[in-house]
Amino acid sequence: MTRVLLTGNAAAAWGARLARADYVPAFPITPQTEIIETLDRWIESGDMDARMVMMESEHSMITAAGAGAATGVRVFTATSSQGLLYGMEMVYTVAGWRAPFVLANVSRGLASPITLEPDHNDILAARDSGFLMFHGATCQEVLDLTLIAYRVAEDESVRLPAIVNLDGFYLSFTREPVDIPDADAVRRFLPDFDPETVRFRAGAPESQAVAVLGGGPYSYFRYQSHLAQRAAAPAFESAAKEYAAAFGREYGPLECYMADDAEIIMVMMGSFATKAKAAVDALRAAGRKVGLVRPRLLRPFPDDALRAALSGAVGVAVIDQNLSMGKGGILHAEIASVLYGLRGAGPVLTSFIGGLGGRDIAPEEFFEIVSITEAAARSGETPAPRLLYTERELREMRKLQTIAEAEHHLSRQEEEK
Amino acid sequence: MTDTAYHKVKDLPSTHLLGTGTALCAGCGGLHALGEIYDVLGENTVIVNAAGCMTLLSVYPFTPFRGSWLYTAMASAPAGAQGVRDALDILVSKGRLAPGDDLNVAVLTGDGSAYGMGLSATSGAIERGLDFLYLCYDNEGYANTGHQTSAATPHGAHTATNVGPQGMPGYKKDLFAIWAAHKPAYVATVIGSEPVDLARKIEKAAKMKGPRMIIALSPCPVGWEFDPAKMVEIGRLAVKTGIWPLKEFENGKITHTKIPPRTPVEEYLSLQGRFAHLFQPQRDEKTLKEIQARVDAYWAAVA
Repeated sequence: MTRVLLTGNAAAAWGARLARADYVPAFPITPQTEIIETLDRWIESGDMDARMVMMESEHSMITAAGAGAATGVRVFTATSSQGLLYGMEMVYTVAGWRAPFVLANVSRGLASPITLEPDHNDILAARDSGFLMFHGATCQEVLDLTLIAYRVAEDESVRLPAIVNLDGFYLSFTREPVDIPDADAVRRFLPDFDPETVRFRAGAPESQAVAVLGGGPYSYFRYQSHLAQRAAAPAFESAAKEYAAAFGREYGPLECYMADDAEIIMVMMGSFATKAKAAVDALRAAGRKVGLVRPRLLRPFPDDALRAALSGAVGVAVIDQNLSMGKGGILHAEIASVLYGLRGAGPVLTSFIGGLGGRDIAPEEFFEIVSITEAAARSGETPAPRLLYTERELREMRKLQTIAEAEHHLSRQEEEK
Repeated sequence: MTDTAYHKVKDLPSTHLLGTGTALCAGCGGLHALGEIYDVLGENTVIVNAAGCMTLLSVYPFTPFRGSWLYTAMASAPAGAQGVRDALDILVSKGRLAPGDDLNVAVLTGDGSAYGMGLSATSGAIERGLDFLYLCYDNEGYANTGHQTSAATPHGAHTATNVGPQGMPGYKKDLFAIWAAHKPAYVATVIGSEPVDLARKIEKAAKMKGPRMIIALSPCPVGWEFDPAKMVEIGRLAVKTGIWPLKEFENGKITHTKIPPRTPVEEYLSLQGRFAHLFQPQRDEKTLKEIQARVDAYWAAVA
């Protein structure tokens, strides 16, 4: 085991290298590009025995990734944001091929307006595709979850592709100390790829991904993918247990921080949860019983683990770094589905939207979120969802609007001359 | 073409590899060509398919193919071929696939994908030098959805989305030239009604490496509105009138493999309901002359 400083992107690349990926269809997009550049360097230097092919779009890239896996090699690929959406037809399509591979997505807000900074609307657009979904919050976790993702994806009870998500900029370009596992130990944890029956051989012709007629066969195959997803929960548990035994780092479907005795629990995904962690520390120091729960696994959804972690609290605040227009936070709705119908009242559930396009969430905002949720728990009344935005931000926005309006007027005047 | 096994109809394969009883229409010119192509190509081929009429060939749990099949999506069959080819190469080079288990990779799409939606993926695959054979059944419209206008629809034809007196106002895209501009290993046009010419071209293409394209004009009884029994006759007329030139591109050179007698295009057009408005209630001399003039100009440039 070697300990080095790595960016989140480099950690994802190390995951692919240690997993001995055979094939890497690629296409550049900020903030993911460092992953494929790193892999290309290793392939060129002979440190990695793989083939990379530069495709002409993410739609083609995901097609080639699925087709490579369906032919019987271990595949890794990576994208982000607009790229994931451009390839979305194939994200859904290849999931149904039941050919496992791993795709690293570096989260970035979606157009419009266009931005480079992170939130989770990109990855959540793939939520219902059939891909397993893992969310890392540190560079170490990105590497470890990539290896665990291969194990779960290739488990004979699962056989589905997986996405490992890391936040753009905050993780992709942040250097953290990372333990790089020993390659031989990884080989024992993750044996060579076994394509099972999904492969192409001249001596054993196969038809893959054929059409079906009617809802009966269609539903059957769709249910099969869903059941495979559900089987991925125990597969993850046993893979994580083995991983902990081999490498000393334990990963449950949730990261629970000071949550055991917490009265108020914040729920967040991804690297911004580390900001919430700092807020928990500050609030604990002030004597308030606050904790954090961060799902590492989004699909399969860890219903049981969430119910166990949250049902003892009096208030649960879900902070969504995404926005379903016309509804609100996506994670909030998912958490509600877990808590609704509990015996007894269950915790009150509040909803906050923050961190869109990399917008910071300040410590004071976390304190406010906790206070609002405490008040809601006391009164028993659930407040309306909040869109986090400060007066200062609004003033800055008004300044930009004033400039935009002035520029608009100026160009009008010049036109009239 | 001296080193060919196919000189006359008697030389063509007498056993047929493609199974029968598929969901395709009676008199499908695409299926006609595909059967002939598959006989020469052989079963050691994985066919990567894009959305189109032929997606319905393999419907769970049946397939007419003795070899392998992968359905992808409308835009990305060449990218699917890239993934399969690369993976097979990786398996062979790492000793995980017996050389005898290697496969040829072919893409099978209609004109909707080949001329339009899949063109970006096609261009990428050619530029990367992908070793694959692209088979396009060109029935000159989005036939599977009821024959709407595609980029391959010829000038003046009625389609489900060009029902006015002019028919399709634009002109059929020159996919052959687009492929040739990429300087691939091989491009050829074929038609099922000229089986010896077709067999020779598949025989030749199958021996080559790199990107290879076969565009098969595929008379479509439903979309072109003719009696399925006339499919072969219409195909022959497409060649005889010079509307569908049989040609190939190789080593930077275009060769016409059959110089047609060039009877008037009307002989071909008048048999098809999609051109009926050019003849009734009165003759559309302007359009008929224009179509003839374009064919004449094409062959004048050839000679």
